[in-house]
Amino acid sequence: MTTLEIKQAVKRYPNGALAVKGVDVTVEEGELVVFVGPSGCGKSTLLRMVAGLESVTEGEIVLDGRLVNDIEPAHRNIAMVFQNYALYPHMTVYKNLAYGLKNRGTPKAEIDTKVREAAKLLQIGDYLERKPSQLSGGQRQRVAMGRAIVRDPAIFLFDEPLSNLDAKLRNQMRLEIKRLQRRLETAAIYVTHDQVEAMTLADRIVVLNNGEIEQIGTPAEVYGAPASTFVASFIGAPPMNLLEAQTGDGAIVIGDTHIQAPVRANGPVTLGIRPERAHLADGSGAAAGPPMQVDTVEELGAVRLIHGSVGGQHFTANQSADEPIPGDHVRLRLQPDDLHLFDHDTGRRL
Amino acid sequence: MSQDQIAVTGKPAVPAATSASAASAGFGAFVRRNQIVEHIVLLLGVLLMMGPIAVAFTTSTHDPVTIHSEGMQLGFGNNFLPTYEAVIFEQTGFTKQVTGWGMSLNSLILGLGFAIGKIIVSMLAAYAIVYFRFPLGTLCFWIIFSTLLLPLEVRILPSYEVVQGLGLLNSYTGLILPLIASATGTFFFRQFFKSVPNELLEAARIDGAGPFRFFWDILVPLSRTMIAAIFIIMFVVGWNQYLWPILMTTDESFYTVVRGIRQILQVWIGADIPAYNEALGLAIIAMIPPVLIVIIFQRMFIKGLVESEK
Repeated sequence: MTTLEIKQAVKRYPNGALAVKGVDVTVEEGELVVFVGPSGCGKSTLLRMVAGLESVTEGEIVLDGRLVNDIEPAHRNIAMVFQNYALYPHMTVYKNLAYGLKNRGTPKAEIDTKVREAAKLLQIGDYLERKPSQLSGGQRQRVAMGRAIVRDPAIFLFDEPLSNLDAKLRNQMRLEIKRLQRRLETAAIYVTHDQVEAMTLADRIVVLNNGEIEQIGTPAEVYGAPASTFVASFIGAPPMNLLEAQTGDGAIVIGDTHIQAPVRANGPVTLGIRPERAHLADGSGAAAGPPMQVDTVEELGAVRLIHGSVGGQHFTANQSADEPIPGDHVRLRLQPDDLHLFDHDTGRRL
Repeated sequence: MSQDQIAVTGKPAVPAATSASAASAGFGAFVRRNQIVEHIVLLLGVLLMMGPIAVAFTTSTHDPVTIHSEGMQLGFGNNFLPTYEAVIFEQTGFTKQVTGWGMSLNSLILGLGFAIGKIIVSMLAAYAIVYFRFPLGTLCFWIIFSTLLLPLEVRILPSYEVVQGLGLLNSYTGLILPLIASATGTFFFRQFFKSVPNELLEAARIDGAGPFRFFWDILVPLSRTMIAAIFIIMFVVGWNQYLWPILMTTDESFYTVVRGIRQILQVWIGADIPAYNEALGLAIIAMIPPVLIVIIFQRMFIKGLVESEK
């Protein structure tokens, strides 16, 4: 069953700026959808439109089969987790969790049960009588999630909830959010600019750019078959190599090398190659692919990043740490299946 | 060394001499010398601030003849009880209807009414300006703000006209109501509300708090320290009002302490000599409530000025 439908949503600010330009997204029951994109791409605006914190200029937002465009946030059956937690500083953790229920007129005994249940689930039971200022960042994050959980909403809305945490804690909380969401089987939208968070958390990723959707798909789809050069360079670290190349007669020409093209194309294209799919061969071999001039080698432990240039354009290749460190001149061995072709002008996948 | 630093910062002083090594003992001596200088400066400050009050107090315990012939007195006289009894309980004034106690009560009503009224009005005004979008909202704020350029003295005649027209002369309402609009308070609360993170408002909206609930459940508790700071300032301002009560009240039962002090010198002429001792005594009494308020709210006052709990 579909929990949330966003239909042709448009957000225009009073000054005329278009933040969201007609976006369609659906969120199925129990699904975690991640909105990812660079800052200013409209992902947060879209989330806030779902929450009811921003008005909808055009289009429809349908939650659980009910049009909610003009319904107050409190009556939308949503719960939101903010980037800076937005806990009430003067209230204890318990009161923070209970406040929304109290405003709804929930009986005291029921509030108590729900708060204690959520606190147990999030392991914040020991801090219920503390103020937010006496908690660490991770604990505050948990309280913020607890506040969302007690509402028992149709959908969770996460607005970059982990960006205020340090890297180690972020990884840990990321995993917890995923487990929690799976366990509660509640639909969720998670907004982030961090593609690692997007890849690890999402059932489906919505890549946004300039207020428009670049691609919607599972993490594997978005990674394996990016719909545009934007997606290709945004998802994956290090990003996909993008080379300007010529095509003709079913072959791609980079410098003096011809490679078999995966799809038919003619004229200038952008060729995409994931760093881990670019295998390095000894530079002396004549049968191999285009030559690469190696300039810097970065050791990351398990893998090694080889930076250099191919046909005068920057190129990065991944290499397992077991392999020997290459010399200055190597050749790339490329499989046709690993090549992505994009239209030179529009950047769309061919 | 760290102990010395603790002593310098005024935390529970640990004698610097407990430092073990020779080097730190030398440093300790340096710190001690510095401390002595600091304390001398502080003592001079205390003397400057408290000296006149102490002299006023000691002088008030003498009889008026001594004060008149010999000037201010540094030592205690033996007139303490009679003086203060007269100041607090003696029916005085033209109509013999007002006591020092009654005047203090009037001052207290004025001070509290002033402070509480100003806080309520300016908080509501700032709430409207910061959180509600209405036509010409910004203009409204700047108009309120610009009234800072017009002190009470400048507009006292029109104000009198208004109060008189409303028939509020010689009433507490007339004393308090016209003054409870406060540009200063509105400005302080506006700045504070603007510093409250927007997400708090949004979280409250999602939690189902309407405008009233948000104000009462979130903003007011968050403003605690601000409220305390403004309360102190406004209470003292209200307590010290002089010109305003003179104009608005003619009935002696509305006399405030500050007016009473002057009244003593003017009217309470015992034989030939003004009752200096009673005037000074009343001045001392007039100081007590503002001092108490400051002492009680001091902590929150400083907190309100230097930080905000967020």
